[in-house]
Amino acid sequence: MPVFSYLAYPKRGAKEQLLKDLASLDYCEATPADNEEILILVTDTPDEDQEKALQKKLKELNSLESLGMTFGHVDQ
Amino acid sequence: MSITRRSFIKTMALNSAAAAAATLFPGISFGAWKSLDQASGGMQWKKTPCRFCGTGCGLLVGVSGERAVAVKGDPNCTVNKGLCCVKGYHSVQILYGEDRITKALVRKNGQLVETPLKEALDLVATKMQETIKSHGKDSVAMYGSGQWSITDGYVSSKLFKGCIGTNNLEANARLCMASAVTGFLTSFGLDEPMGCYDDIDHADVFITWGNNMAEMHPVLFSRMLANRKTKGHVKIIDFATRTTRTSQAADKSILFRPQTDLAVANAICYELFRNEWINWDFVNKHVSFHKGKTNIGYGTEDHFKFADKAETVDLEAYKAFLEDYTPEKVEKVSGVSAEDIRYLASLYGDPDKKVTSYWCMGMNQHTRGTWINNLVYNCHLLVGKISQPGNGPFSLTGQPSACGTVREVGTLTHKLPHGVVMNEEARKMAAEIWDVPVENIDPKPTYHTVEMFRALDRGDIRFMWIQVTNPMVTMPNLNRYRNGAEKEGRFVVVSEIYPTPTYDVADVVLPSALWIEREGFFGNSERRTQHNEQIVPMPGDCMSNTWQIIEVARRMGYEKQFSWSEDTYIEDIWNEYIRFHDSPKHRMAPYNDLKAQSGLQWPYVDGMETKWRYNPKYDPAAASGDDFDFYGKPDKRAWIWLRPYEPAAESPDSEYPFWLNTGRILEHWHTGSMTRRVPILHRAVPESYVEINPDDAARMGITNGMKVKVSSRRGSVMMKASINGRGKPPVGMVFVPFFDESYLINEVTLDAFCPISKQPDYKKCAVKLERV
Repeated sequence: MPVFSYLAYPKRGAKEQLLKDLASLDYCEATPADNEEILILVTDTPDEDQEKALQKKLKELNSLESLGMTFGHVDQ
Repeated sequence: MSITRRSFIKTMALNSAAAAAATLFPGISFGAWKSLDQASGGMQWKKTPCRFCGTGCGLLVGVSGERAVAVKGDPNCTVNKGLCCVKGYHSVQILYGEDRITKALVRKNGQLVETPLKEALDLVATKMQETIKSHGKDSVAMYGSGQWSITDGYVSSKLFKGCIGTNNLEANARLCMASAVTGFLTSFGLDEPMGCYDDIDHADVFITWGNNMAEMHPVLFSRMLANRKTKGHVKIIDFATRTTRTSQAADKSILFRPQTDLAVANAICYELFRNEWINWDFVNKHVSFHKGKTNIGYGTEDHFKFADKAETVDLEAYKAFLEDYTPEKVEKVSGVSAEDIRYLASLYGDPDKKVTSYWCMGMNQHTRGTWINNLVYNCHLLVGKISQPGNGPFSLTGQPSACGTVREVGTLTHKLPHGVVMNEEARKMAAEIWDVPVENIDPKPTYHTVEMFRALDRGDIRFMWIQVTNPMVTMPNLNRYRNGAEKEGRFVVVSEIYPTPTYDVADVVLPSALWIEREGFFGNSERRTQHNEQIVPMPGDCMSNTWQIIEVARRMGYEKQFSWSEDTYIEDIWNEYIRFHDSPKHRMAPYNDLKAQSGLQWPYVDGMETKWRYNPKYDPAAASGDDFDFYGKPDKRAWIWLRPYEPAAESPDSEYPFWLNTGRILEHWHTGSMTRRVPILHRAVPESYVEINPDDAARMGITNGMKVKVSSRRGSVMMKASINGRGKPPVGMVFVPFFDESYLINEVTLDAFCPISKQPDYKKCAVKLERV
């Protein structure tokens, strides 16, 4: 049951769109900064297969420039 | 609502991301956090000041059930405006270390044995009474802390000074802030800064004097960076003895040779005159000139005594004194180019620039600590840049309540909550409020901290109670003082939360409640008093330090003076304490106001805080009708001091060719007894190290991570070399952080101190380096 957190950087001017895109994905909780072009993303998937699937979907988001991981936890 | 393990992990994930974001984007805020909290399992958020440094950040602690599970910056606190540093974000984890002390321990046959708390308290009281009977009242002592809650310090002063009648009361703030206190008193007649953190938003120039703010006061440094980013023209000048993260972020880094800040400060003042940058209107109305004794010694011998004597001089005498400090002359002593000295002077001298100077341990842990504080005030006073938004000298505090508990309550040998023991009126006031005979209060100070531990070694002190501090890591020339504490016939009581080297020398260990496990108050660097309620329960038999002292005092027969109820004692003690400060110069906020707000600055008069003292626009104690009123001094003026450059107590020589500089790092709080038990902070910096200049390392064949031996005339320690790490000392200097009890660098340092403040110099002694 992996839990990760990231700083999510939107493409230029796409912060709102990125927030919507992330909100539409399962296992994602996004919190936008009020005064910077950045979001916090916390992911909480039930297993490694779902985690891999989510990673794939994140990479496909047009509104996302990059992700910087800040925390990771995987139950053994 | 209880929290699941899963939601706890998610909260930690969220905190980590927020901490990373705050580091990258100073001032960033996440208004939508609350909804995410609810998604993460739900919790209540309660305010408290941070437990670590003297910045006094307001925190909101997330509580689920009876457990603190998360932290975020309090957006309502003007100190940090929602920001936190990495220690703050992980602060609640200090509550839950696996080896937390939750039971009283008494040494029996050499071993600390779990003992009922009542029995341990009985033993403490009995032992203290027996020691007084056998060896006199001055054979017992208490050593406290700038991490004491205000009420802890207040009841210790009442017990020791008011009831027992000894002035054997000191606190570790002597090791970190005493020079700031004597600097304020000698220059202004009253302790603590005239300005506040709002200066950060107004200043055009920041000059950090031997002060690695990026690591020691990271939230304030983030605010400085944010100001620079917003305004564009703001400059940060780092004036230091080694290159640090502060230097790297500064617009200009200027390095000086240890101790020569004295000469450079005088050279700046010389240049202010030479360029006619003096604010004559201010100087003529608000400043007077004075000189004191010179060649004042270093206090390395037992029973060292020194008393300064002020002599008033005129402006011409001051100008003649400065002739010895031309930039060219000072360049030779300090290594700072004459051009850089002129540049620094031009910043202070420019009438269109608001200048704020910051310092902390670099200037205070200095054998001429009082003098260098005086000299930086001189730089501001000559140009009238003081007591106004953005203009001011500002001494930062190292601990959360060094100001609130030690300086304001007066938990030092010569102090009372108001005034000093030598003053009859101050003794009368204390006796009346404490309900003790005035004869109880001894008019003679006894031992400052270094001398107190020397007295323990000599046997003049036989009983010492240590609360909320770890002197068996922090005392300079440590071998002597640890041996002293372990001698036959000494009895040491330690109130603690985790095992430490100080716990190792204890005869009794009392389990202390920590931070938000009890109600209390801190007082930060900018005269801000901050209240916290009890947010989580105390574990096991833990008890607040305040209540431990009350229990012992009652056992010693002082029930009348310590009659408070356990339900309301913190409020009742606060109400008694603030009677000492009931004047517009120092009035403290009422209990209910403090409970409701994220801190309030004194003087607190008619419901209003005072942001800038000595300026009638902001300070109700300042006489109206003039632009400034330095009411702390009898002549109503700020004092400019003629203080010369004098060398350090010990300098490198052929046998010990390196300067040793010691200090702190971002991730660890002081001796690491709390932060080394927070896994993420421990993993970030798991052990101490010695920073070596790359040229020195290359010359000696030392590579990064290689074990080296650092030795002085007093001791040695072996540790890993750090080359081109986060800090870089100049050629001929090494730097060692003191957070790691596995490497006791204070066995190497020297117990020399400023003869006026009695604060030791941890920044300068001579060592040699050897490959192991």
